[in-house]
Amino acid sequence: MAYQKDDVPVMQKWLDNPYLLVFLGITIPTVIYIVWGVMEIANIPIAH
Amino acid sequence: METTYRICPRSGLQFEDQAEKLMRFHAVCGVLSLLVGGIMALGVILTRWPAVHLLPADIFYLVLTAHGVDMLIFWIIFFEMAVLIFASSTLLRCRIATPKIAWFSSWLMVVGAIMTNIAIFQGESSVMFTSYVPMQAKWHFYLGLILFAVGALLICFVFLGTLVVAKAENTYEGSIPLVTFGALTACIIAIFTIAGGAIILVPTFFWSIGYIREIDTLMYRVIWWSLGHSSQQINVSAHVAIWYAIAAIVFGAKPMSEKVSRTAYFLYILFLQLASAHHILSDPGMSSEWKIVNTSYFMYFAVFASMIHGMTVPGAIEQAQRLKGYNKGLFEWLRKAPWGNPAFSAMFLSLVGFGFLGGITGVMMGAEQLNMLIHNTIYVPGHFHATVVVGTTLAFMGLTYFLVPALFKREVMFPGFAKIQPYLYGLAMYIVSLVMMGAGTLGVSRRHWDMAFAGAPMAYEWPGAAYLMMGLTGIFGVVAIVGGAGWILQIVLSIFFGKKLEGGEQRSIPQVLTLPPPTPGGAAHPPATPGTLVLALVFLTAFILYYFVNWKYLSSLWGLS
Repeated sequence: MAYQKDDVPVMQKWLDNPYLLVFLGITIPTVIYIVWGVMEIANIPIAH
Repeated sequence: METTYRICPRSGLQFEDQAEKLMRFHAVCGVLSLLVGGIMALGVILTRWPAVHLLPADIFYLVLTAHGVDMLIFWIIFFEMAVLIFASSTLLRCRIATPKIAWFSSWLMVVGAIMTNIAIFQGESSVMFTSYVPMQAKWHFYLGLILFAVGALLICFVFLGTLVVAKAENTYEGSIPLVTFGALTACIIAIFTIAGGAIILVPTFFWSIGYIREIDTLMYRVIWWSLGHSSQQINVSAHVAIWYAIAAIVFGAKPMSEKVSRTAYFLYILFLQLASAHHILSDPGMSSEWKIVNTSYFMYFAVFASMIHGMTVPGAIEQAQRLKGYNKGLFEWLRKAPWGNPAFSAMFLSLVGFGFLGGITGVMMGAEQLNMLIHNTIYVPGHFHATVVVGTTLAFMGLTYFLVPALFKREVMFPGFAKIQPYLYGLAMYIVSLVMMGAGTLGVSRRHWDMAFAGAPMAYEWPGAAYLMMGLTGIFGVVAIVGGAGWILQIVLSIFFGKKLEGGEQRSIPQVLTLPPPTPGGAAHPPATPGTLVLALVFLTAFILYYFVNWKYLSSLWGLS
């Protein structure tokens, strides 16, 4: 059966887009884990 | 671009010339790393076994460093690069993108791996896998890791480039196959992992040569774990892809639902890396919000995804078996499975062990309060030997029994040993993981060379059960090493001396991957999978019981009432 591009559901179009997946897979953990974590460490007061 | 494609007469797979050579190269480099790491494992296990206590402290920490780095980084990532090339070029039936860059990157990885090993074996870089600052290794320890990571990162881009080549040259129709999608997930997590590693290892390298005065210890730990733990999440994505691949190879099984399986992988892409935070759960300085959002709320999406894969892979096998007529009762499909086929037995042991031993304990450890029960105890290596050794290594071993004839064109030697090898290695590692976790629950430390703390001013008297479990760790660790060494010997001998098999037809133009025609009846009304449902309910019961037992244990430790 021929593959019809117009029949493809939206979610499948997202999952077929490796660039979008790469973007999400790097951005989300970078923001939630690394950036948020580094901001917390940077805000720890320095002992005197 | 001029190249040739070989059609394997046994599997029907199409291997492009450069991709095939690269896969062999990475598989061999992976096995060599496993060999070094395995020899080091013997030193570790014979020292942590209290009755033997083989090595002096300085050699023990050297050996532990080599074991950790060679197993958790080099063996796994070399093999995963082979999986990425297989899942792109071979499964999509296209040429590999930029083969020269792929070869350059592969050699960069080899140079990096050798450099780091030299630094370790010179004896002044016994900083263990985690290499926490302010412990300082020699400069080439860090530089080797950086070169290895850069090489792996470039191969991830070669993988993505190969997807583009396949799309541009129309070598497949529709979506990429599920196994390739799993490899894409592994690739994305690898890019995040390597970028995280670079952020912290590059300044640490400059610190080791004196250009930077100090590295903040908490900053190091937080960012380093985006490398240290996420690198193990590459494994999870890769070995789940291998579960699907082996189910398809051995049974002709099709995924129960492509939508569900792909959505589960999508959850991995979004959330799996966040589990890194569970290493920081006992660190002061980080807020509970950061800890709980990372390890609980969001990580549970990834746990949910693993449970989906853990159900859909056996479900797909059950459907395939029932279509073949194994319909009696709940479990005829499972009883009549080819338990003597090492590809299947390794995969199934990997799946069950990863879920029951690695998965459940990982969720328990990810809860901030429960983490305090076992933080920095030998429970942690118990957990990750269940995920990385039982889950990943065993799945990789299972795939190799298929790859030796398909990729290396050799017959696997010693088929009798091959039948028992996954049980010998896998079940021994089940026990090792369990007794390590048992000893950890009693408080035995994660890394300390001498659990008895002999000569320490404040001695601690362990219960006898702690010594018993560490003794069992030693005994079954040795059994597992025998199973692993046997596998290495078998695979190496098969590659060099196994009976040569026919290579198959050579083509200059790739054969396009076409979608199979819809199966009348079978696909529209696939058989129900009651056996898998029962297995899933058993798993959930074990999950709930174990989770609440630990809460009960926590409350009894503190005497809150």
